[in-house]
Amino acid sequence: MAEKLTRAQYHDLYYYLRLNRRVDEQLTSLYRQGKVVGGVYSSLGQEATAVGSAYALGPDDFLGGMIRDVGAMLVRGFPPRDVFLQYMARRDGPTGGRDANNHFGDLKRGVMAPVSMLGELVPLLAGVGLAARIRRERRVGLTYVGDGATSTTPFHEGLNFAAVLKLPLIVIVENNGWAYSTPVERQMANTKIVDRARAYGIAGEAIDGNDVLEVYEATRRAMQRGYNGDGPTLIEAETMRMKGHAEHDDARYVPKEMLETWRERDPIVNYEKFLTKEKLLTSDEKAVIEARLDKVIREDVEFAERSPFPAPEEAAQPVWA
Amino acid sequence: MPVLTHLEAIRQGLWEEMERDPSVFLIGEDIAAYGGAFKVTQGLLEKFGADRVIDAPISESAIVGAAVGAALMGMRPVVEMQFMDFIACGFDQIVNMAAKIHYRWGPAVPMVIRGPSGAGVHGGPYHSQSNEMWFVHTPGLKVVVPATAYDAKGLIKAAIRDENPVIFYEHKFLYRRIKDETPEEDYVVPIGKARIAREGTDISVITYGAMVWTALEAAQELEKERISLEVIDLRSLLPYDEEAVLESVRKCNKVMLLHEDTRIGGFAGELAAVIAEKAFEDLDGPVVRITAPDTPVPFSPPLEEYFLPNARKVAEAARRLAVY
Amino acid sequence: MKASKDKRTTEKPLTGARRNGGSFNPGSIARPPDGPMTPLSNRGTAQPDSRTLERMLYYLKLTREAEYRIERVLYRQGKIVGGVYVGRGQEAMAVGATIQLREGDVTFPSHRDFAAWLIRGFTLRQIFLNWLGRGDGPSRGRENTGHFGDVKRGLIPIISPLGDTCPLACGTALVQKQRGQGHVTLVHFGEGTTSRGDVHEAMNMAAVWKLPVIFICNNNAYAYSTPTERQYAVKDLSVRGPAYGMPGVTIDGNDVLAVYEAVRRAIARARVGNGPTFIECKTFRMTGHSAHDGAEYVPKRQFEVWAQKDPVARLEKLLFAKKLLTPKAVREMEEAIAEALDDAAAFAESSALPEGAEATEGVYCGPKCWWQSRLHDD
Repeated sequence: MAEKLTRAQYHDLYYYLRLNRRVDEQLTSLYRQGKVVGGVYSSLGQEATAVGSAYALGPDDFLGGMIRDVGAMLVRGFPPRDVFLQYMARRDGPTGGRDANNHFGDLKRGVMAPVSMLGELVPLLAGVGLAARIRRERRVGLTYVGDGATSTTPFHEGLNFAAVLKLPLIVIVENNGWAYSTPVERQMANTKIVDRARAYGIAGEAIDGNDVLEVYEATRRAMQRGYNGDGPTLIEAETMRMKGHAEHDDARYVPKEMLETWRERDPIVNYEKFLTKEKLLTSDEKAVIEARLDKVIREDVEFAERSPFPAPEEAAQPVWA
Repeated sequence: MPVLTHLEAIRQGLWEEMERDPSVFLIGEDIAAYGGAFKVTQGLLEKFGADRVIDAPISESAIVGAAVGAALMGMRPVVEMQFMDFIACGFDQIVNMAAKIHYRWGPAVPMVIRGPSGAGVHGGPYHSQSNEMWFVHTPGLKVVVPATAYDAKGLIKAAIRDENPVIFYEHKFLYRRIKDETPEEDYVVPIGKARIAREGTDISVITYGAMVWTALEAAQELEKERISLEVIDLRSLLPYDEEAVLESVRKCNKVMLLHEDTRIGGFAGELAAVIAEKAFEDLDGPVVRITAPDTPVPFSPPLEEYFLPNARKVAEAARRLAVY
Repeated sequence: MKASKDKRTTEKPLTGARRNGGSFNPGSIARPPDGPMTPLSNRGTAQPDSRTLERMLYYLKLTREAEYRIERVLYRQGKIVGGVYVGRGQEAMAVGATIQLREGDVTFPSHRDFAAWLIRGFTLRQIFLNWLGRGDGPSRGRENTGHFGDVKRGLIPIISPLGDTCPLACGTALVQKQRGQGHVTLVHFGEGTTSRGDVHEAMNMAAVWKLPVIFICNNNAYAYSTPTERQYAVKDLSVRGPAYGMPGVTIDGNDVLAVYEAVRRAIARARVGNGPTFIECKTFRMTGHSAHDGAEYVPKRQFEVWAQKDPVARLEKLLFAKKLLTPKAVREMEEAIAEALDDAAAFAESSALPEGAEATEGVYCGPKCWWQSRLHDD
């Protein structure tokens, strides 16, 4: 391992992975109780990519995710309540009910809000890198796209732009096999997405997106390239969407065997096995973490449920800064 | 006559046109095996095969551009936008390529871009927009916005048979809520012709899309108060039925313009100008606009409800105008 | 329309031209004797036959002279309406590629691929009419430069947002593939255009659907004032081909035979259903971006270096060396070209500008289509 993590850091990673999973489970439960407004987009099975990469970032770095990267936002310091509030369309949520799900951000936390149009955050985070370059700040911009978003205009234009200007940009392609109902081989002819890095003249790494430590390390390497002025990195993180596109979608188009195979590769189960084997996590320590999770989830769900809906006339607040 | 939902009517229109004309084909994201995000195209892959119901990568520019290329080769592509909000990702191909080819060098570009628009289902800023005016301001395009299931079917068929690029706005709120008797025999609803959705005498409400139903609801409410609303359903915005608008204004002498789109640059502004130019003497009161405010579409139910025009707001405005 | 038709009678009809033996004369200028769409065997030799070589030289010279006439003569006389964009120094791409197309194939030339129009059967008169904004031009004065095409001739023009034609090429190729007659589509674009999403989306789409498209990048080193190192961060753009899952090659774009051969291979692949190819042709824009642009940002030395690689001179030298052409034949060719250009320029200049009120006509196509009586009656 290039960089030795402390025991506390190993625990942090475990905590955020579990937190991501717990938030996900809670959202499903709230959805089934009819308390969620709109759809729920699960990150089940993809937690390691979001958590490992976000955890690698420094406080001055920026990230902008997509719908399944709630884990990254939790790592950047948003409490779970913000996620619940958003999904329940409540007043006290980060957008005050204006936008849905994890479509929220906070410049102070270095988080750009996701949008529905896929790939759009690639140029945006390139812009973060550009500003850092102009102001000579040590900062990278990191963003996530799915395999589907590689087909879009902003993915291409953003990456090429960042490559020419050697901007400190990290693009993590979460290759989770499916874009809604479209399998990756109907999305592109060459499914080795990391090959695109060569096409732009930038660094590329293909990694196991379900291995949180591998994600962490690849992100650290990419950050170094960014800080050193060596330009952007494209990371292809192989993973799998373990649910449908959203809660309403039963994903019957996904072959059962594919899900079975990937269930064996559960990022949290495997990380826990590793920690146990390396004696980095005792059962007592695990119990403490679980208790902490129980508490925060319970309190934050309660908080979110108590929060009122926004007052109607808030809709007419000025749209300009 | 069979009763169809708005959504089924559109599907049947697509189906019949594909049966009638082998040059019609569908292209979009998740429309084939999955049947579309709203299942509008469900069953069409099984019936017509993968050459005519094509799942594309997430590339709106390429999808629209490929449709233009195929149209030039004599095909009649029907593009689905998963949500009309995402039409922005293919904007250049629509306004600079498709809309202008005929004017520039002659060939016809017969194609349709259709998809769900509009709010009311808590979709948030990116699954709720009514962005029809982006295209109404682009000569060379036609813009169609049906309200009833009957019209949805008749207009999708007309759009497919049209020689020009047609942007076809379906309202997702109507998909499964509106049902109509829809004839089995072949018919089209001509693009550019309005419909009197309800005859009335006191105030003419000129509207389109989902707001037609809002206006009708308000009209029913106001009937009890002996205020008679006439409701004009424009059905097409480009071209639109100016004569039907003016005729209704001349009859009622008072007019309310209603749409779900935001206010500045909305279609009501164009209508108000034409009414001022051509029916000024016929007016017994100010032209009244009822529109969404000039904000993005908010997500949370109370905000969205505040944002959207509704029957109550229409009725209140009508009461004020009635006593003017 | 009648009057203008009468005016056109000095120019021989195309069908006549096709039957019209070997000599180059103004009447057959845009469609040389054996027709522009010579079938090319997929198994054939890599070297074009002597007749094709001669035609290639002819089109190279014709392009060079026609563009000179437009840029250096008519533009400076103030007779051109709008800007002038020429392909001086990069004529080989359109010639080497277009010359092997068959009827039913489609090409999307860039704005610097003048020869494509000629080879696909447009007359010089039509082309000049358009440059001069005349009412009888192919766009009836609605469009400038080479922004006009003809679906029947298999030529679809660019629009100013460059790269937009790449998705269209996927569309024509999709239809060609479905119709199963082995037809192909070519699309040319500059290296600057490769930065646009439309090119990316189209190349990905063509690869995943195995469409019969040949993406030809005319890499002329400058996109307006932007040099390649400010446009992309790779040495050869052809590496993008494999990234999408299609072959990619980089060739000398000033060698018309190299262009011919690379395109020939790509077409052969495409015709049998093996999908798209990306060909990067390295060339050089020997002018500014347009006639008003002095290109002071281009190091002078570059022009000198590339002048040595001139595609027209190179092919001429080769044909002399191979004794496929005599100086006398070349002289005759040049005289015929000059004569044809005089004719086209005079014809266009004497032709009327459109009526202002026609501006509002023909926005929509319908039963009473304004264009119907005006389209390609020539």
